[in-house]
Amino acid sequence: MKITRAEVEHVARLARLELSEPELDTFTSQMDSILAYVEKLNGLNTDDIVPTSHAVPMENAFRADQPKGSLPVEEATANAPEHAESFFRVPKVIE
Amino acid sequence: MELHELTLNELHGKLKQKEISSVEATKALLARIDAVDPRVNAYITVRHDGALKAAADADARIARGEIAPLTGIPVGLKDIFVTKGVKTTCGSKILENFVPPYDGTAVAKLKAQGAVLLGKLNQDEFAMGSSSESSYFGTTKNPWDLECTPGGSSGGSAAAIAAQTATATLGTDTGGSIRQPASHCSCVGLKPTYGRVSRYGVIAYASSLDQVGPVTRDVTDAAIMLGAVAGYDPMDSTSVETPVPDYLASLEQGVKGLKIGLPKEYFIEGLDPDVKKAMDEAIATYRALGAEIKEVSLPHTEYAVATYYLVATAEASSNLARYDGVRFGHRTAEAKGLIDMFAKSRAEGFGAEVKRRIMLGTYALSSGYYDAYYLKAQKVRTLIRQDFTNALSEVDVLLTPVAPTPAFKLGEKVADPLQMYLSDIFTIPVNLAGTCGISLPAGFSAAGLPIGVQLIGRPFGEDAILQAARAFERETEWHKRKAAL
Repeated sequence: MKITRAEVEHVARLARLELSEPELDTFTSQMDSILAYVEKLNGLNTDDIVPTSHAVPMENAFRADQPKGSLPVEEATANAPEHAESFFRVPKVIE
Repeated sequence: MELHELTLNELHGKLKQKEISSVEATKALLARIDAVDPRVNAYITVRHDGALKAAADADARIARGEIAPLTGIPVGLKDIFVTKGVKTTCGSKILENFVPPYDGTAVAKLKAQGAVLLGKLNQDEFAMGSSSESSYFGTTKNPWDLECTPGGSSGGSAAAIAAQTATATLGTDTGGSIRQPASHCSCVGLKPTYGRVSRYGVIAYASSLDQVGPVTRDVTDAAIMLGAVAGYDPMDSTSVETPVPDYLASLEQGVKGLKIGLPKEYFIEGLDPDVKKAMDEAIATYRALGAEIKEVSLPHTEYAVATYYLVATAEASSNLARYDGVRFGHRTAEAKGLIDMFAKSRAEGFGAEVKRRIMLGTYALSSGYYDAYYLKAQKVRTLIRQDFTNALSEVDVLLTPVAPTPAFKLGEKVADPLQMYLSDIFTIPVNLAGTCGISLPAGFSAAGLPIGVQLIGRPFGEDAILQAARAFERETEWHKRKAAL
């Protein structure tokens, strides 16, 4: 086994995904076979290889620090499930 | 010929000559959508009123003598493109009611030319899939055989071209999502070099791999669409300031003396005999046209799918963290506190494939596994990039299959994600290398399903692959066949 059901539960908590019992079972077996497949990368020696994080070599892209127009608050909050004035409303965080 | 059958370039000619109006063309396309889309399901959203209004605006513009290549052209966009005031779902329940407050750059560029947005096209949820079956809004069917998948994730874009329900479309390609559906639906599909087209306003899946490109009826149309959307954009710091050439200027220059490489690793056992036959015929066609054919090697090909499913899922797990039920998107009705609200909203809003990839990516990035999976994959990505740099220094372009088989049946691979992932084996390496590739119609299987071949170019060598694709198209009739619906 490459991954256990307990590890899958842990990863689901990290990913903020509530998974059902059947989902946990399915994902455990599917992730296990996918991880067994990606194991083939270990057949390659990559000790002296520089990792590629980006397809095109580039430096940081900077622009002048000048304020520009932004979305009006009403438009920025229009898609929110719940909002009040200029705020996004969420369930109570602190008791 | 019916108006809905015309290519973009043909329609542009008729609009310019004032033989027809954009309103007439748009009405014809909308009628075609009403007639056949209930069977194909290429569209998530159709803009009956909005499209006609945009067409009338385009006609006014044409009357003033201001016609650009896309003025008055009815286009469809994959539902991954953020469109101001037009619902944008990305194929997901979590964005079922999302109406963006702005246009992405590619959309804004099309609108600036006066293109008419017919509607938003179906896709795999968050572009994660190879069959369009993971869409929350039902699967798209292949117009050539309604029991088969159109491919994915830009399945709606390709199906709309094959069903003649859009004159031209845009899709996105992270691991083959433009080229593979184009191949399965007998369209031209171009994945530009990473950085060629702005990703601003394109809902992110895997940011180091995603790229915008056209799905069209022929090569000329692909060149026009690419020219319309390509170029540096200050809103996307990964877009590149390389000048955009006139892709039409070099299109007809042929392939005499062009060096075409055949990567030997792509001619594997298990390649479908019909795909093999189409490849052999394409090679013979290019040879007859005066191209020089040479075998080359991409030695790390067998590692590409494994590399992709670590890099792409890691990036996806990070990108999709934004769907938390706070600022936009679905929120659960039954939350006990904030963390519970996140976990339940995401559980209710995401489909199985998206959850699977978030899980895999979170695992690959998690403490204790980062070096073994994510960092390892990034290093192998370097080797895959070097393969392409080496091969494309020996030859000008590469010629390969697009997919190992023609379109598969709906439902055939849903239960086995790994088999689904392996269907992208010939397209994924191009995204990892960051270079460009084009899929073009190159035959049909014994069962009558389309087969495409792929040309791969050097970074920012879109003009070269378009030119080579056009030379093939001139010699063949495959792109002229139409799906019977």
